[in-house]
Amino acid sequence: MVRLMTVDRLPEVVVIGAGVVGAACAWYAARAGLRVTVVDRGPVAGGTTGAGEGNILVSDKPAGPELELARLSVRCWRDLADAVEGFEYDPKGGLVVAGSAAALDGLRATASGQRERGVTATEVRPDELHEHEPHLADDLAGGMYYPEDAQVQPAAAAARLLRDARAHGAAVRPNVEVTGVLRSRDGLAGVRTSAGDVPAGAVVNAAGTWGGEIAALAGVDVPVLPRRGFVLVTEPLPPGVVRHKVYAAEYVSDVASDDASLQSSPVIESTAAGPVLLGSSRERVGFNRTLSVPALRRIAAHAVRLFPVLAGADVLRAYRGFRPYCPDHLPVIGPDARCPGLYHACGHEGAGVGLAAATGHVVARALTGHPPGTDPTPFLPERFG
Amino acid sequence: MTTSTYDLAVVGAGPAGMAAAAAAGDAGCRVALVDAAERPGGQFWRHPPGGIDHVRDLHHDVRTFRRLHARVRGTVEHLPGHQVWTVTREDDAFGLHTVRDGAEVVFRARALVLAPGAYDRQLPFPGWDLPGVYTAGGAQALLKEHQVTVGRRVVVGGTGPFLLPVAAGLAERGVNVSGVFEANSPGEWLRRGAGAVPVVRSPRKLAEGAGYAAALARHRIPYRPRHAVVAAHGTDEVTAVTVARLDRSWNELAGSRRRIRCDAVAVGWGFVPRLELPAALGCRTRVDVDGSAVVDVDGLQRSSVPDVYVAGEATGVGGAQWAAVTGEIAGRAAAVRLGFPSSFPASAMRRRRHLRAFATAMHAAHPVRDGWRDRLSDDTVVCRCEEVTAGAVTRAASELGGTDVRSVKLLTRAGMGWCQGRICGDATAGLTAAAAGVDVDPRGHLERPVAVPVPLGTLAADPADASPRDVDVT
Ligand SMILES: Cc1cc2nc3c(=O)[nH]c(=O)nc-3n(C[C@H](O)[C@H](O)[C@H](O)COP(=O)(O)OP(=O)(O)OC[C@H]3O[C@@H](n4cnc5c(N)ncnc54)[C@H](O)[C@@H]3O)c2cc1C
Ligand SMILES: Cc1cc2nc3c(=O)[nH]c(=O)nc-3n(C[C@H](O)[C@H](O)[C@H](O)COP(=O)(O)OP(=O)(O)OC[C@H]3O[C@@H](n4cnc5c(N)ncnc54)[C@H](O)[C@@H]3O)c2cc1C
Repeated sequence: MVRLMTVDRLPEVVVIGAGVVGAACAWYAARAGLRVTVVDRGPVAGGTTGAGEGNILVSDKPAGPELELARLSVRCWRDLADAVEGFEYDPKGGLVVAGSAAALDGLRATASGQRERGVTATEVRPDELHEHEPHLADDLAGGMYYPEDAQVQPAAAAARLLRDARAHGAAVRPNVEVTGVLRSRDGLAGVRTSAGDVPAGAVVNAAGTWGGEIAALAGVDVPVLPRRGFVLVTEPLPPGVVRHKVYAAEYVSDVASDDASLQSSPVIESTAAGPVLLGSSRERVGFNRTLSVPALRRIAAHAVRLFPVLAGADVLRAYRGFRPYCPDHLPVIGPDARCPGLYHACGHEGAGVGLAAATGHVVARALTGHPPGTDPTPFLPERFG
Repeated sequence: MTTSTYDLAVVGAGPAGMAAAAAAGDAGCRVALVDAAERPGGQFWRHPPGGIDHVRDLHHDVRTFRRLHARVRGTVEHLPGHQVWTVTREDDAFGLHTVRDGAEVVFRARALVLAPGAYDRQLPFPGWDLPGVYTAGGAQALLKEHQVTVGRRVVVGGTGPFLLPVAAGLAERGVNVSGVFEANSPGEWLRRGAGAVPVVRSPRKLAEGAGYAAALARHRIPYRPRHAVVAAHGTDEVTAVTVARLDRSWNELAGSRRRIRCDAVAVGWGFVPRLELPAALGCRTRVDVDGSAVVDVDGLQRSSVPDVYVAGEATGVGGAQWAAVTGEIAGRAAAVRLGFPSSFPASAMRRRRHLRAFATAMHAAHPVRDGWRDRLSDDTVVCRCEEVTAGAVTRAASELGGTDVRSVKLLTRAGMGWCQGRICGDATAGLTAAAAGVDVDPRGHLERPVAVPVPLGTLAADPADASPRDVDVT
């Protein structure tokens, strides 16, 4: 729980990172009545939040702690969309398709575990696929429909949540870099920044892929590493070409893979403005920003395989981002017992948008000393020893 | 499939690229000269399919074009109609990924000269999105390539020496040019500063300038320094513009507004270097005197990436002669690096220095001042592709924490459409910086990993690897 500062007007909580995760932490903390300051070395949403896609998924998570967090997050996002507008929240549902009978079996097994946890998953027969997605290839083995999957525009979500947090007393300071920490006898007492010291009773590390660097400043180890991903963006297409978020069953195994080399499985989503986003590749190549033509080709080939109609669409741009991943593929959330006053909210890999809302909720509950809506233990930083 | 590798690939067949290809070809390199256009010449020597003679009257220095073209024809494989969508560094060669008639063709080369030129800098003003409002370069290109005049009564405005050939060319082809409205006062600047800038005495340049001045006088075209087109009017297309007098900071002088009837406007604010390909390779950039981001090159036109040379306007806006001499040096430097005999004539080095100084003086005489922002209203469209207004951009920066172009793009979609920010990038950057209270960063929007649109099916297919045998040699 946050230790109240004796001096009035000082922030009780400083959140490092104005990505979607930091924004959600700030929003829940401000709404809980805490005095919050958010700092980011760049603009709002200038990190991975501005370089990914905006899927909020339960479908890609097999039964386990991450699924529990995702289920909570789906509910939290619904609340956020009610409270704050302007970030293209769309509960459009997700369709996972299988190219082969074996992949379909895998899908079924995953779905049955998910159903036991309360997820709605409806099998779609091959001949019914077109009712969901008229332009899907017609030689697929079947699929699974998840009505709870949703989508937001992540940069807008971060910006709108932060603006609303400001209306509830938070301060947002872009272009301020954290360079060190302030300590007191009991632990952290704020951060040192490029714009002076910011004293605070609690420090939330929402620095995404750079979360390990912030942890190191505080003297603790949190192993967050980059996992590069490319996304292709098409020209604006008429509404209805792609209706839901559609991806292939192979995606789930790619996500959990420990293989460093290039992997890619089709993840296709239309956006409110018309362009279709085609994701995404996964590679462990550090922060290498150079364009990988093989990665782009792979994404293109997969997308055309699922939606042959897309072959004629022009790709207008491509971008890349660096997902923050931990070796066990789970995010790091909650107080750090090794460093009182430090809370983590980073390492969400390819699910940080989806899991942001629940992360904000869990962190704010910890800051105010209340039990959260899901078991936080699997995400605690102590697991790294 | 066998893949044969060129010694050198030159991207861009404008003055810079032609000169580079010719110089390297003369030295004995096997050179591919790749350009999206069907004919060589770039922007400066743009001409119709029938040849440059059809538009002789619109051109300067056709002799140089002929000479370069002859050299290129003799020694270089010119590959027209190939759009380079990206360039990659592979083990011991570069890969040039091009699209030709919807199919992908990949060329390999041991070294590169990138000479992609520049595009028009545009700044929004109320009514600029009406049909009939052209960029100065666009109007010029229509004239030179298609012999199409953009209107019968045309107003020319903006800033920079380029406005003069545009007005003169239109007038030569029978257009009634109502005036050239130059937002700066270059004459006054030159009178005050010319002594300090020796190259302004460059005889050839002055002759060229004097030629335009004579053309304007012959056609009785008024030249109005410290004036700008501040609005365009019309419902379906432009029918009139408002011009006004400006002070030194480009603030409008009260009571100076005047309406002029016209059926077209050509507006230009200088040029923005095209940096997609150098950026894709990670070439270091810097901010030039005109505020543009350019590739940082050394005396041999070498970029920060080994074996990548950059020439022409991508290294600094400076006109066709400057582009050609930088290309000549780049081509020679690449040849030497590749082990072919070549040299660096002192005359070329000197000429480059002089032309650079001249360009620097021109930039100093034609700055872009902040006053353009004041003429925008909340609902003036800044990004035409996505219809994003000045108000939306400003609010994203001031209220939503989007303190750079990239985050403003994410928050408003400004720059996400067909042009990918080539039209609105500078304006968005300027508005963003002003609203966020930070310095303008012209480098914030130059990364475009996909330099030209590519059909998804083309990207998905396995590309043909082009050995020189597979392509037409012209
Ligand atoms: C290609 C791709 C596709 C993706 N698709 C999805 C998807 O569909 N659904 C989904 O849920 N997730 C997706 N993701 C993952 C998601 O984008 C991330 O998990 C999420 O954005 C992480 O958010 P964040 O707020 O933790 O990090 P960021 O957005 O990176 O924010 C961290 C911030 O911390 C700041 N910072 C770092 N160091 C300092 C410092 N020293 N001082 C001050 N500030 C600092 C940074 O500037 C940055 O703004 C995708 C990612 C990629 C790359
Ligand atoms: C529209 C326009 C019209 C102009 N008209 C004039 C004029 O009339 N008079 C004048 O003095 N100056 C003019 N200029 C200024 C002009 O840029 C320079 O004077 C001169 O042409 C610069 O030479 P360059 O070789 O650097 O580039 P350019 O002449 O611009 O040549 C660059 C070449 O690179 C090619 N290219 C670029 N990117 C790619 C890619 N990804 N794939 C394939 N090919 C590519 C282009 O097709 C082009 O042919 C004009 C500029 C523009 C933008």
